[in-house]
Amino acid sequence: MNTEKNIKTLIVKKPLKLDCGKTIKNFPIAYETYGSLNSKKDNAILVFHALTGDQFVTGINPVTNKEGWWSYAVGPDKAIDTNKYFVICSNVIGGCMGSYGPSHKDPDQKIFGTNFPVITINDMVNAQYNLLDHFGIDKLFSITGGSMGGMQVLQFINNFPDKSKTVIPIATTSSHSAQNIAFNELGRQAITADSNWKEGNYTSSDTNPGKGLAVARMAAHITYLSKKGLQEKFGRKLQEREDLKFGFDADFQIESYLRYQGSVFVDRFDANSYLYITRAMDYFDLAKQFNGNLSEAFKNTNAKFFIISFTSDWLYPTQENKDIVIALNSIGADVGFVEIESDKGHDSFLLDVPDFLSALKNFLDKSYEEK
Amino acid sequence: MKNEFQVIADLIEKDKKVLDVGCADGTLMKFLKDNKNINIRGLEISKEKVQECIAKGLTVIEGNAEKDLKQFPDKSFDYVVLSQTLQAFLNPELVLDELLRVGKKAIVTIPNFGYWKVRFHLLFKGTMPITKTLPDEWYNTPNLHMCTIKDFFHFVKSKDIKIFKSIALNNLNSSTINERNLGVKNLFADLGIFLIEK
Repeated sequence: MNTEKNIKTLIVKKPLKLDCGKTIKNFPIAYETYGSLNSKKDNAILVFHALTGDQFVTGINPVTNKEGWWSYAVGPDKAIDTNKYFVICSNVIGGCMGSYGPSHKDPDQKIFGTNFPVITINDMVNAQYNLLDHFGIDKLFSITGGSMGGMQVLQFINNFPDKSKTVIPIATTSSHSAQNIAFNELGRQAITADSNWKEGNYTSSDTNPGKGLAVARMAAHITYLSKKGLQEKFGRKLQEREDLKFGFDADFQIESYLRYQGSVFVDRFDANSYLYITRAMDYFDLAKQFNGNLSEAFKNTNAKFFIISFTSDWLYPTQENKDIVIALNSIGADVGFVEIESDKGHDSFLLDVPDFLSALKNFLDKSYEEK
Repeated sequence: MKNEFQVIADLIEKDKKVLDVGCADGTLMKFLKDNKNINIRGLEISKEKVQECIAKGLTVIEGNAEKDLKQFPDKSFDYVVLSQTLQAFLNPELVLDELLRVGKKAIVTIPNFGYWKVRFHLLFKGTMPITKTLPDEWYNTPNLHMCTIKDFFHFVKSKDIKIFKSIALNNLNSSTINERNLGVKNLFADLGIFLIEK
């Protein structure tokens, strides 16, 4: 899993009271930055990662040696232009790329496993807020992220209404749906059903629930794509064979693709982190924090919002993104919204979707000119 | 910028909050923002046009006026503008009611089906009129509910909607419409612009 090298870490000394009631202190937040902070410190963008992301947004991830998860969107001259902006991203607490999580040791030097406190999206953003103090930034230029990253965006601007000038939630929701909780539960069950999980204590026994985690990833991966996208990419094409083999090997390319996705995921992700982070997503319900009135979550901010959804995203569909737009309009907030045409499903925000990338770039650059 | 937009812009005072319904590529919005310091929002159904607005740095929401106006609170804008789109809605009456609910005032412009060129076209050619403001064929026009300046004038009166200003536009000439000259304006204007309030 993570190697200590190449990971920048901020130790948060201040105690943080978690939603579950427990308090953590002296805990690490692993982060990475791109571009440079200007002298006025007004060009910083805080990017929040999704379920399986990490702080290595763009360029080569030094731990996995693969491209960063948002390489299409972030970099010099890209939509989030690192020649112009200072991009900060940190690993969420509960994660496995250096921030405080279940693979860390408790004060008695025992690996937490499932004794790590259950964390929420609110806990994640409260922990990450410490990065603003660390860099001496009074107000961010923007906060953005897709999927669970979008949930953190919404929670952040609720918790810290005057700490960002612009707010860009992408392909997200203000309240995790029953369908999404169901898919997350499927993933968790796959992990905990693996005999190597050992109630979460697998690290001490030098095994890991790789098979369960791979199945969790395979199931989730399907939800990130669209039926049309899958059909066009794979159809019924066979995997390196002329005909069906009448067995249970991967006859079809889609089977082989999913198996591969599962296997590479296991090499870079911790099974217990998967349990913790999916739980945090399931618990997310911003409207519930305000007796069902989502508008209340945004009433103290005068930030400029820009919300983006994708036509083929059935995991965080347009309507759920539009509910956020409606809540903002009902209090007269400054909000723009666009639904991007794409066959690439929920994953569209991570991929080369030109209409999405140009909308993101134009919104940021025009807002920056106006500041 | 087209003359219609200049007339609309002249109706709006500086520093107001305005919603442009069916804002297209944002030409009017940009003008109002840059020249009158207007706090401007747009609602537009076409994805391409929404992208053009974003590229101009305008706040625009992709959406359909018939469904999406209801999310805005009562009287949350000083002015709501609807340019040459009323006739394209399934239910123009409902949209008009929504404009007047959301806006303290509304500015509505309509292509005039009573314009003499339109009448002549149908009378002498016997085919559906095609003019500068009505450029489409009968089979591909988005217009479902064409009306004349006279129709619209009578319609808003019957709904107890207050008309502050009604302007007839013919190319570069604009003039005021009133009860007495209604018949003449209805013949010689290709566009009607109405500032109304409920």
